[in-house]
Amino acid sequence: MTLAPFVILLLAALVGYAINLRAARAIRYGGSRLHSLQGFHGLFSLLLVIVPVLTLILVWLAVEGGIINRILLSSLPDGVLDGLGSGAIQLIGAEIRSIAGGRVFGTPEDWKLEAAERLITYREISSWLLVGVVGAVSLGLIYFARSRVAAEFRARQRVETITLGLMVFCAVVAIFTTIGIIAALTFETIKFFQLVPITEFLFGTNWEPQIPIREDQIAAEGAFGAVPVFLGTIVIATVALFIAVPIGLLTAIYLNEFAPGRLRKIVKPVLEILAGVPTVVYGFFAILVVAPALRQFGESLGLDVASNTALAAGGVMGIMLIPFISSFADDALSAVPRSLRDGALALGATRGEMMLNVLFPAAIPGIVGGVLLAVSRAIGETMIVVMAAGLIAKMTINPLDSVTAVTVQIVTLLIGDTAFDNPKTLAAFALGMMLFIATLVINVFALRIVRKYREIYD
Amino acid sequence: MNDMRLTERNMTDHKIKMQARGVDVFYGHDQAIKNVDVDIEDNTVTAFIGPSGCGKSTFLRCLNRMNDTIDVCRVTGDIRLDDEDIYDPQVDPVQLRAKVGMVFQKPNPFPKSIYDNVAYGPKIHGLATNKAELDEIVEKSLRRAAIWDEAKDRLDQPGTGLSGGQQQRLCIARAVATNPEVLLMDEPCSALDPIATAQVEELIDELRERFSVVIVTHSMQQAARVSQKTAFFHLGELVEYGETSQIFTNPQDTRTESYITGRIG
Repeated sequence: MTLAPFVILLLAALVGYAINLRAARAIRYGGSRLHSLQGFHGLFSLLLVIVPVLTLILVWLAVEGGIINRILLSSLPDGVLDGLGSGAIQLIGAEIRSIAGGRVFGTPEDWKLEAAERLITYREISSWLLVGVVGAVSLGLIYFARSRVAAEFRARQRVETITLGLMVFCAVVAIFTTIGIIAALTFETIKFFQLVPITEFLFGTNWEPQIPIREDQIAAEGAFGAVPVFLGTIVIATVALFIAVPIGLLTAIYLNEFAPGRLRKIVKPVLEILAGVPTVVYGFFAILVVAPALRQFGESLGLDVASNTALAAGGVMGIMLIPFISSFADDALSAVPRSLRDGALALGATRGEMMLNVLFPAAIPGIVGGVLLAVSRAIGETMIVVMAAGLIAKMTINPLDSVTAVTVQIVTLLIGDTAFDNPKTLAAFALGMMLFIATLVINVFALRIVRKYREIYD
Repeated sequence: MNDMRLTERNMTDHKIKMQARGVDVFYGHDQAIKNVDVDIEDNTVTAFIGPSGCGKSTFLRCLNRMNDTIDVCRVTGDIRLDDEDIYDPQVDPVQLRAKVGMVFQKPNPFPKSIYDNVAYGPKIHGLATNKAELDEIVEKSLRRAAIWDEAKDRLDQPGTGLSGGQQQRLCIARAVATNPEVLLMDEPCSALDPIATAQVEELIDELRERFSVVIVTHSMQQAARVSQKTAFFHLGELVEYGETSQIFTNPQDTRTESYITGRIG
């Protein structure tokens, strides 16, 4: 039944298109010169129907449930809701809805069964009403669009305006989503800082978020010093960049300047496959292959290697970042004008000298931008570290030790039985906020560098 | 066109600096240059003229093996510099290019300081043993390229900040800094305004004292103004080659005549 309004809308739009197209064509064959091509008259009708009616359907579907619920609750027999809190009333509503959906638990009271039947009726009325309204509005809009068809009617401009509006809307969706995410994070973070002082969070060196959930539970008081957690992220990201930056850059330089065409044709797609491997698969790789191998190797050297080392997690993350950096660097190197290559070669520079002294310096802002974006990916990367890094926050920069990461802590804090009013859960939001700010700063910085670099050659 | 100057120009015999025999150039399966023979004389400005796509730039790029950087390009035939085959497998193109410098159509200074632009060639070829020598080479090259006065107070500023004409003279300074024997110029004035063009043309005439200069140009007036020898290319062939005055006043081939009188090209 929810499908019906959409089908009607689609048909109405097509009918409107056809009617306006025919009308415009008739004017043209009548000897008048149309201002806009007949197709635009058709599109005008199509868009004029689709945009408002689709909005109407979506709004209707969004508010329908709430309104029906209110009517339903007010139709309940007097007295059953007296003295109940809002949570209990919500529960009753949910129970009625599940009875209406055919899922009956136990033996509900008669008034609940009656209410469920009423609910079904209300829903039917609502959907028929929607179909009626959609049909009527569509007809009205088709008629209006048809009445506008005239030789001098500027259908093309109208279509362009509507399309422009749609594009603006799509662009704004992303912006508002971002604002929404920031707002959600901010509110929870503020709540957290009301429970835990911000100085303890920012400068404390002890991270033990285990706190009692129930009164009788025995657990530590909980300590929320985020320094060791961030230190862990920094250690892992550093290891990752130590692997990704040199390998990625040398790959890019080789592919861009020295590789024979055939090899380049093979290596580039392989790198793209590497970029397409899901991070959870990298996680497997880290935990099943790299970590044991590292441990074995370390033991053969007499080193004390933890089973969840920062080196394993960071190393695999580095492999994940190689295609990211190499493709960025490759783009930056390719963007250096050919005339500069020729200029250096014509002076008798070898290809190596040309790369080192001319291409690389010219491309370095773009490369730095790419590396910074890789940094923000490294500190935001979750799956690999959740699988391969440790859980205990330690104040260490030893890559052979087990460290935890910000994203790991966020995941573990939000898993399991959680209440949204204790510091353990809220700490996840504070960590998320910090991570968000860090990556935002790095991204802004990176984009500025990339943009500055673009200005040189355009 | 200044025909008076052409006829009055003193023609002396110079030794042959570069010699091309039977040169063919292919891009993939397309032949861009067909069986070209040319002698480039020392201390002479040789102009290559011809309509667009006639192969004059392609041939110019054969003279310092810049075509090696294009994968699909294949050069056959014999090109000699001072009687040494430059396409011999023994010859290192890097060293050849130090001897045969090149200036491009569009000014292409490196995104470095003016000083570093000029010092780059001497540095990579180890022409200077200390900073003082390098300074001297840079000053001498900038003077030769007639840009010293404009650049001397801003040597540490980026070369890309200069005007188009200054950039092109900087590129010429950069090319002469490695002390080449031959200087190839691929339409060096096509991106410049008339005043800058006049300055560069004057410069070319001065450069002739030290180098053998080969210039590709679109402008027949320019060829007439700066060159002593002119080669006319058409559809990949060298149609006519001779004294500039003779090419412009008394062409032997009808195609040359059609071109210089504006009927083809």
